[in-house]
Amino acid sequence: MESRGTVGRVDRKILVVEDLKTHFKLPAGMVKAVDGVSFDLKQGQTLGVVGESGSGKTVLSRTIMRLTLGNNVHTSGRVSFEDRDILSLSNKEMQKIWGLEMAMVFQDPMTSLNPVVKIGRQVTEHVRKHLNVSKSEAKATALQLLKGVRIPEAEARFNAYPHQLSGGMRQRVSIAIALACGPKILFADEPTTALDVTVQHQILNLLNLQQQERHMAMILVTHDLGVVAGRTNDIAVMYAGKIVEKAPTWMLFSRVQHPYTEALLRSIPRTNQKNHTRLSAIAGRPPDLINPPQGCKFSPRCPYAQDKCREEEPTLQAAQSDEHQFACWYPVGTPENKEAFEKNLAAQLPQTLAFAEGKVVDESVIDNAVALSGGGS
Amino acid sequence: MGKMIGQRVVRLIATLLAVTFLTFLLTALLPGDPVNAILPPDAPRDQATVDRIRAEFNLDDPLLVRYGSWLANAVTGDLGKSYITDQQVTEAIKQRIPITFELTALAAFFALLLAVPVGILGAYREGRFADKSSSAMVQVGLSVPPFIVGIFLIWLFTVKTSFLGLPSTGWNRITTDGLWENLRTAVLPAFALSLAPLAYFSRLLRSDMVGTLKEDFVLSARAKGLKNRYILGRHALRPSSLSLVTIVGIQLGILLSGTVVIEQIFALPGLGSRLLNAIYQRDIVMIQGITVFIATMYVLINTAVDFIYLAIDPRIRKR
Repeated sequence: MESRGTVGRVDRKILVVEDLKTHFKLPAGMVKAVDGVSFDLKQGQTLGVVGESGSGKTVLSRTIMRLTLGNNVHTSGRVSFEDRDILSLSNKEMQKIWGLEMAMVFQDPMTSLNPVVKIGRQVTEHVRKHLNVSKSEAKATALQLLKGVRIPEAEARFNAYPHQLSGGMRQRVSIAIALACGPKILFADEPTTALDVTVQHQILNLLNLQQQERHMAMILVTHDLGVVAGRTNDIAVMYAGKIVEKAPTWMLFSRVQHPYTEALLRSIPRTNQKNHTRLSAIAGRPPDLINPPQGCKFSPRCPYAQDKCREEEPTLQAAQSDEHQFACWYPVGTPENKEAFEKNLAAQLPQTLAFAEGKVVDESVIDNAVALSGGGS
Repeated sequence: MGKMIGQRVVRLIATLLAVTFLTFLLTALLPGDPVNAILPPDAPRDQATVDRIRAEFNLDDPLLVRYGSWLANAVTGDLGKSYITDQQVTEAIKQRIPITFELTALAAFFALLLAVPVGILGAYREGRFADKSSSAMVQVGLSVPPFIVGIFLIWLFTVKTSFLGLPSTGWNRITTDGLWENLRTAVLPAFALSLAPLAYFSRLLRSDMVGTLKEDFVLSARAKGLKNRYILGRHALRPSSLSLVTIVGIQLGILLSGTVVIEQIFALPGLGSRLLNAIYQRDIVMIQGITVFIATMYVLINTAVDFIYLAIDPRIRKR
């Protein structure tokens, strides 16, 4: 899986992000939506950015694309796209990159297509601008694209308005729009969240297929680890504006280090669970980004949190391999982690008890917990 | 689509019936006897004369009968004859309406010509200098009544300066004096009339556009690398203009009947001043005729607006 799309080629880094920060100034204070994110992405590779709502993943992708609007936005750090410093470019210069070299598929195809403009023009207008082709050439390209994203009767759809298409079809159109000029990098911001489950897989497979065919880099933003599982080379897990764990996809799933990643994994419903198994949710709410908790930002919700976590914020460090990084004092699977968990259970920390009810930890621990909490239900 | 046109036509007829009946009713309910108005001031007012006049103008028939016969004539294009001047109402309208139409159209044109860029600019630069200064100017436009503007324009262009040699009063007919001469007399009153609608239009467009610019499809247009000007004009303007079109329709109706004051100031022989005269003279047939005419135009304009919606927003066509 990890070698997909790279066979026989040495791919260069297409995107380098260093210590990227995006802060919004609000009357209530500074919202640190993205707070020091670094990663790089090679040509033809896919990075999954995973996190809950409010973890900063959408702002991250929009910042890299320079699409954050408003004069209350403060951005710092470095985004290097093919050796161009994106954050220092003017809007005019960005207009030559947007749509041509960088493209984005938005979350909701119901709102991201203009309701009063025909599909045809929405698919061709930027093609005509960027590639400087005639109307008929642009139309030919567009029809090919629409067929490429499996839109039946593309010719007829060309003259349709968005409301005449289903949600899945509209997202296919959005993908066709994004791919139209052959971008070098594609941002897919929760591309399937607004769609029916049955359509989700089709759309994701389509994205994957196109990404491989074009040897394009892709950043797939999602809240669903299940979505990125078989489809990305690397995964970055974000929490409160920071990357808390980053690894090649297979490595992340087999050697989870960060408790937040573990919690995300546990919250995917499984078909092999008994009927009526309670859905395992992450205790508490995503942190307030204006007044984030001290120390590790996940500590108020973490079943393993110790005093150290509440005082001192961990930084990214390498696990067994350099490719796998995480930011935690008590990484999952270590003796320290187990010790911390038992200590918290004994102290009847609510998030630890809730976690124990999720029944993924071994039975003896749960029995122990039930005994400690006074018999249980 | 066909069903919708049918519905609109039925609605149009129903509205016109209601409007004509109400107009008829209002003039019948007005205090004072029309006989007094019909008779010259120095004529004897003995019972025989009054009865003769009543019979002559069918004033003794019940209201509904009078309405029925009036309506039957109106359908054939005969709105009756003035009690006082003996002039056919349709004749009077025909004589006066070109001026009022032209003023209305020109005022709406000026208003839109300025309001669309001002509205777009205000939305695009929301909260910045261009937005704040334009909305302040619009505020002034809203709060100064047109007759003040008219008087000011006369003072500025004919008393203070003779810029462009614009005349202060009077009207040159396009048919006899040519387009240029005609426009010279029309431009000042039309401009005076356009300020209030300009203010409404630009404010409305601005606020709708502010909403549109926050839509995802505007962001996705940006992400396609389209130029700002193109996004504003081709992507944001149309979805933002539904309520503007509604208000333009309403304002056209208001302008049609609201040119009276401006016609007085600029001494223009428009429909408004004719209506005003008719009211002074209690010339009921004339009042009725002109009111019904204006109301009909109003209803027709609003029906046209309904169809413009269809052109603007394809989602409405489906229903």
